[in-house]
Amino acid sequence: MVPLSAYVAVSAVLFVTGLIGVLIRRNFIIVLMAIEIMLNAANVNLVAFSHYLESMTGQIVALFVIAIAAGEAAVGLAIIIVVFRGKISTNVDEINLLKW
Amino acid sequence: MVPVFFSYFSLVSILAGVLTVALPNPVHCGLALLTLLLHVAGLFLLLNAEFLFVIQIIVYAGAIVVLYLFVLMLLNLKTDERVLHHRYAVILVAAAAICGGLLLMALRSPFQGAKGHAPVEAVLQDGGSYAIGITIFNEYLLQFEIVGVFLLGAIIGAIVLAKTPTAVDVEPE
Amino acid sequence: MFEVGVKIAVSLTQISIVMGVVLLTVMFLTLAERKVIGWMQDRMGPMEVGPYGILQPIADGLKLFFKEDIIPSGANKYLFTLAPIIALVAALVGFAVIPFGPNMRVDVFGVQVQPFVISDINIGILYILAFTSIGAYGIILGGWASNSKYSLLGGLRAAAQLISYELNVGLAIVGVLLLAGSLSLVKITEDQCCWIWNWFWLAVPRGGGVPIPQILAFVVFVISAVAETNRLPFDLPEAESELVAGFFTEYSGMRFAFFFLAEYANMILVSCIAAALFLGGWNAPAPFLQFHGSLEHLAWLSGIMWFAVKVYFFLFLFFWIRATLPRLRYDQLMRFGWKVMLPIALGNIVVTAIAAYFFPR
Repeated sequence: MVPLSAYVAVSAVLFVTGLIGVLIRRNFIIVLMAIEIMLNAANVNLVAFSHYLESMTGQIVALFVIAIAAGEAAVGLAIIIVVFRGKISTNVDEINLLKW
Repeated sequence: MVPVFFSYFSLVSILAGVLTVALPNPVHCGLALLTLLLHVAGLFLLLNAEFLFVIQIIVYAGAIVVLYLFVLMLLNLKTDERVLHHRYAVILVAAAAICGGLLLMALRSPFQGAKGHAPVEAVLQDGGSYAIGITIFNEYLLQFEIVGVFLLGAIIGAIVLAKTPTAVDVEPE
Repeated sequence: MFEVGVKIAVSLTQISIVMGVVLLTVMFLTLAERKVIGWMQDRMGPMEVGPYGILQPIADGLKLFFKEDIIPSGANKYLFTLAPIIALVAALVGFAVIPFGPNMRVDVFGVQVQPFVISDINIGILYILAFTSIGAYGIILGGWASNSKYSLLGGLRAAAQLISYELNVGLAIVGVLLLAGSLSLVKITEDQCCWIWNWFWLAVPRGGGVPIPQILAFVVFVISAVAETNRLPFDLPEAESELVAGFFTEYSGMRFAFFFLAEYANMILVSCIAAALFLGGWNAPAPFLQFHGSLEHLAWLSGIMWFAVKVYFFLFLFFWIRATLPRLRYDQLMRFGWKVMLPIALGNIVVTAIAAYFFPR
């Protein structure tokens, strides 16, 4: 029997990995991928608690998180394509037209 | 058996997560992300969430990561010369400290809570997908509809954003 | 411990039998396709190897086996090797949940086993959808790792096409799932028992009642299945007049054979799903058309035969469509998928859901 804290620990490590990715990578697409890692870490947590606390709510929230991730990927990639069309770069440091 | 599978799935998913963040070539990052998603799906299976297992593979691996790879190949990105933030060492140290703190808290906490009304035996009787369906359409119907509207908005937004702007016809004077 | 051993041994036997039958069928299909299309075009098809060319598949296999295995110098070696394996494995894994015969239990050394399905899991049809979508990676990665513009274009086309048409496959089966009330293929086929009009393409309830036909979903499913297996008229990922051979342009020898096997195994898989979901699986069209009376104990044999007849009907349909229709243009393909197939599938779900609410089975 695997204890609940093991799942929580895995989820914590995955979440921090995703957080590091968002902070240190400069490629827009990889930043989005790192966000997906963080969402997955949250899902592991939700499903683990749902199993150990014997309630379906966690699984349903995880289902919603997956739906939100799909929407996020679609809109995020559309934004990347628009930015790439005007300016041949996906580096988040160079997308600074709104900064002054 | 379960601890063996648990250690395999969790170790590989953490490794794949690190590779997703660390590899220089974006397409390799996408493949590492795919590995991570498949192994997280394996963790769901260990937790008796077989419906989430297939949904994770169908939606994440079958659609979202394909979309990422599609865009990466379409843009034909070369590996950047400078992939990392210029002060990444500071961030890494801070993150390692946060991670250590979280792990300490996770491993020391007893995690007690009020039990819900879906014990494993009740779920296994009709299957996890049945239990999810009953709960979602009884207690979370409004949230379900909101997610539907959200997805519709996301689709329309993505189409409007990515549509090639057509040149406006200017009447010759 | 003994029970686990027996279960593993039974599963391994089932797996090897199913794999053997599938690979033999693939061998037979390569010949059958050339013969059928030859006859439809008033030609003979292969005639040289063996009488009427029946040994042609063996000659083809030997040729592919002994061909030089080339990896292009600019290719990514590991992904180039991995891609055909992913494609083939994803195609073969789906057969694990297909019920090939009646749902019965046999006692093997005190362990209950279901002889005609490798694994009866309660999310069977979703499992198949999941692993078909993994199969897309074989194609995309093969196209990208070859480092050739034709391969890359073929892979990209395949990615867009597979996502678009997988949606239609997924929505087309929802009507059937609503009627059967289960995701397990074993239960879905059992629900269609007895007469031809009890199958889900007409869906007359067994005790009589209001029929909720799924014939539109059936048509959408078959067309989308043709598109998902990259067959003519939807074979744009490998259109030879535009892209040489699409995503496997750079492949040769055994790796090419793997892609080839995967394509045919996918054809067999979608035929099995179509037969199980819409045409009653192993159910005979009428009760008197299966072994009964003194041959009652052989009823499973007639079940397997009916299943094979239905699967071969679909496989023939694949060849027939290929010999009849010209290839679509890419924008036509996308418009057809999103503006014709998708609304039909969605409308079918709405109508079926309302009907199933007012006339519960």
